[in-house]
Amino acid sequence: MSLKRVLESKKFIVTTEAGPPKGTDISKMIEEARPLVGRVDAVNVTDIQSAVMRLGSLVGCHILKDIGIEPIFQLTCRDRNRLALQSDLLSAGVLGIENILILTGDHPLSGDHPQAKPVFDLDSVQLLQVVKKLTSGKDMADNQLDGKPNFCTGAVVNPSADQIEPELIKMEKKVKAGAEFFQTQAVYDIAKFEEFMKKARPFKVPIIAGVILLKSAKMAQYMNENVAGISVPDKLIREIDGAKDKHKKSIEIAARLIKELKPIARGVHIMPIGWERLIPELLDTMEV
Amino acid sequence: MIITRQKLIKEILSSLTGSKNIFLVGCAQCATLCKTGGEEELIKMEKELGAEGKTITGKSIIDPACHLIKVKQFFQKNKKGVLKSDAIVAMTCGDGVQSIADGTKDTSVKPALDSLFLGEIQRGGHFVQKCILCGECIIDKTGGICPVTICTKGLLNGPCGGSKNEKCEVDRERDCGWILIYKRLKDRGELDKMKNISDPQDYSKQIKPQKVVL
Repeated sequence: MSLKRVLESKKFIVTTEAGPPKGTDISKMIEEARPLVGRVDAVNVTDIQSAVMRLGSLVGCHILKDIGIEPIFQLTCRDRNRLALQSDLLSAGVLGIENILILTGDHPLSGDHPQAKPVFDLDSVQLLQVVKKLTSGKDMADNQLDGKPNFCTGAVVNPSADQIEPELIKMEKKVKAGAEFFQTQAVYDIAKFEEFMKKARPFKVPIIAGVILLKSAKMAQYMNENVAGISVPDKLIREIDGAKDKHKKSIEIAARLIKELKPIARGVHIMPIGWERLIPELLDTMEV
Repeated sequence: MIITRQKLIKEILSSLTGSKNIFLVGCAQCATLCKTGGEEELIKMEKELGAEGKTITGKSIIDPACHLIKVKQFFQKNKKGVLKSDAIVAMTCGDGVQSIADGTKDTSVKPALDSLFLGEIQRGGHFVQKCILCGECIIDKTGGICPVTICTKGLLNGPCGGSKNEKCEVDRERDCGWILIYKRLKDRGELDKMKNISDPQDYSKQIKPQKVVL
């Protein structure tokens, strides 16, 4: 079923993500994705994640589609100007890739080519407007397209941003610009997320809560210190730290978070961050 | 003001390979205030190049080095000193280097400084970039703070989501530009301005090289 249909249904949505390889060997990506066929609603393919150069997200989406997975084409503003962004969106349309997730993108300084020229010709709000315009049959310069794509377009939001008001203002602009669903930064603090959901309710847009597999206390501490809007509670840090079998505990924590998120969010977006192989087991464990 | 920084002396020396007699030129305006091309810096450069076996044939400060007519007049008056030199070392911004090169066609000109940005003087020796000269000022919508400059990504519609403790994702010492804009607008009771979607920038206004004729 297309993501659009799932969004229209009442089903609790489950998405996850796949990271294209650094190189041309796609065997691992395919091997990790195959067990997800028919088990998740869609899989995001990251776009040069963390500004570390790798295989493109469009090709990654095409590969997933080929093996029977509904892909979500992540598209950032970092690397392409408005010509390349629109062109890649048309390419996605031709390849039958219907789901787009628009993000600003990490700055090149965070990645492995810090000398790269940062593009950011458009920002995420403007790019959402452009996607909508392409689906209406026109490019952003108002030229008529010969054949138009069909997209279901999403955006991202950080429910635990330090300053929630500007985050909500931007979210509202994204909705106005055409975002049909949201996927969020990882949620560990359910109470805080619930508060955010109350504030976002007037936007009447499906919100899919992010879940990152917690791998170790070190990872939690790193995220707490460095990643915007993530605060892993001490209790969870102690729990993963004390576990002998980290894989098992990680799945247990994620399944528990998902259970708590189920009554609050429209779905969950599971980010395995290197532990892609654990996703099928998590899907077996979680109660949805 | 144009903010400049002196190149490493070994870089300057490498551009002077084969040149023995050197004429030094500074600028009385920006480079003097930046302490990169004023009197003191010219004296220091004379000593440093002298220690490396170069002969300084003369040194002067033009007011300002980006004024082509003044540069030409200067070199008319100082023909002798310049003609004796194998190279001119320009302790000026990039424009100064080029107007000096235009004004003294026969002698090669070497830049001693890197030009960094158009800067605000916050206090002596503290310079901050506030404007990148984008060609279409929009700061009426952003509380008088330029998002094109102050947001590392130059975003026009709000924060990217990467700021932590109100600092930028690329440098945790640097304030998130959009949090500054948000706070300013909120203090002024103008937060509604942030809710309007800003159009993409028109980069055709930044096509270089630019020219203005009055």
